[in-house]
Amino acid sequence: MSLDDLYREVILDHYQHPRNYGTLENPDISAQDSNPLCGDEIRIDLKVKDGIIDQVRFSGQGCSISKAAASMLTEAIEGKPIEEVKKMNREDILEMLGIELGPVRLKCALLSLKTLKIGIYGLQGDDLPPEEDEDR
Amino acid sequence: MKTVAAGQERPVDFAAIRKDFPILEQTMNGKPLVYLDNTATTQKPLVVIQTLDHYYRTYNSNIHRGVYAIAEEATRRYEEVRGKIARLLNARSPKEIVFTRGTTESVNLVANAWGRKNVGRGDVIVLTEMEHHSNLVPWQLLAEERGAELRFIPVDGQGRLDLGGLDALLRGPVKLVSLAHMSNVLGTVNPVAEIAQRAHAAGALVFVDAAQSVPHMTVDVRALDCDFLAFSGHKMLGPTGIGGLYGKREILEAMPPFLGGGEMIREVKLLHSTWNDVPGKFEAGTMNIADTIALGAAIDYLEAIGFPAIQAHSRALLEETLESLRSIPGITIYGPPANERGPIVSFTLADIHPHDIAAVLDHEGIAVRAGHHCAMPLHEKLGVMATTRASLYIYNSSSDIERLAAGVRKAIQIFRR
Repeated sequence: MSLDDLYREVILDHYQHPRNYGTLENPDISAQDSNPLCGDEIRIDLKVKDGIIDQVRFSGQGCSISKAAASMLTEAIEGKPIEEVKKMNREDILEMLGIELGPVRLKCALLSLKTLKIGIYGLQGDDLPPEEDEDR
Repeated sequence: MKTVAAGQERPVDFAAIRKDFPILEQTMNGKPLVYLDNTATTQKPLVVIQTLDHYYRTYNSNIHRGVYAIAEEATRRYEEVRGKIARLLNARSPKEIVFTRGTTESVNLVANAWGRKNVGRGDVIVLTEMEHHSNLVPWQLLAEERGAELRFIPVDGQGRLDLGGLDALLRGPVKLVSLAHMSNVLGTVNPVAEIAQRAHAAGALVFVDAAQSVPHMTVDVRALDCDFLAFSGHKMLGPTGIGGLYGKREILEAMPPFLGGGEMIREVKLLHSTWNDVPGKFEAGTMNIADTIALGAAIDYLEAIGFPAIQAHSRALLEETLESLRSIPGITIYGPPANERGPIVSFTLADIHPHDIAAVLDHEGIAVRAGHHCAMPLHEKLGVMATTRASLYIYNSSSDIERLAAGVRKAIQIFRR
């Protein structure tokens, strides 16, 4: 894949102008995680109404891939039922980004989804399903 | 580039050296490979690869026990490397050299065998803020188990150790001072001899993590007067999975074994055993014979060039790297001036993540490292999550540095448009 493909206009746009960036006051869900390889950190806050994601914000530090993926993810889940969000997987993220990634950058791309799921499963008092851990 | 080192008659042709490394003839992402991740691991000259091949084709056998010809040859060549390393480090005897998987295993060996016997509740181990995790985590494990205290020599704004408070740090039941000879992030060469002298005066032993210094400079364990010194073969043209530990003989002799098994014993009964002499006491099981012998070939290769010439070449390239990177707008370069460091340069660009810089460089055929380089506490001190690191070795050239600088400028073009 060429450099222009990896850093598509849309990825750079989300990186430089992240959507839903920030934190929420009194969120129903707030989850944090980090990528131990590069030290990137992310926090995702959610407000949930009747099983539907009403508001979402993310914050933290990361590379273009990790930030763009988080920004796109927040756009994708706002207004969606929690049960539907639980079904999202790595293919959904890669489809949004529209690029192919090696194993190291894949972890950057999936950090926000992983964090989101930690929050959702934590709210429901469940452990993260084991297959989600394999994303790391 | 031709470099003539002081006191050396024969100029070394470093451009010719490059041709000895088959991997450097390759392309990466369609561009000629520029390899600048030498702090992580170095490339291997053909002679090292051939030595491995020759061992497996012609005299592969287990050492120290076979009485047939090829086993005797393997044993002789394996033990010859111990002698080479002893001479390289100026040890008093080959018996002071223990083979390990590398620096990490060497630290763990001392933390377990020496540490568990000599470090107790309330005792102190002094480290520095710039340590690689391999010279930090084993001591954390020991300190937790024994109830010992860890103290840290701070790093100043220039990336040097701040020795102003060393006397206070060395007060009390200090058993060990363990520090990097050369930082794997900042390149800083630490004043080990001075620290060792003060540590000894306080009654402590001294462990030196020489993973980065042994490949680049003359390291003399007697001049440093350290009690232990660890290094990795793969960072000095050798294969992965082989390295060593230097220890003063009387200290090694007083230590219990680390791993139990074959070769490390003298006599085994059902309920107890007695131990082999050093260094065999610390080499349990079948050792990494092929890689040890190939490490010997790597040492021969480096010594034929000569460490004074290697240092002069590194210094010249380091200065070029610092100069060419410094002219890039928004760059921060960490660590002390060129005359106080090895050829390791970590930097950040104000608003571009190190992963993104490394990804652009990768597309330009340039291999660098992006991340915390197994030194998270140091990065916290520097106030950054991650840095991009370029590190040089004997086969790098001025054109590699030019391509690095051009690649960094390209990253800026992409991310600041």
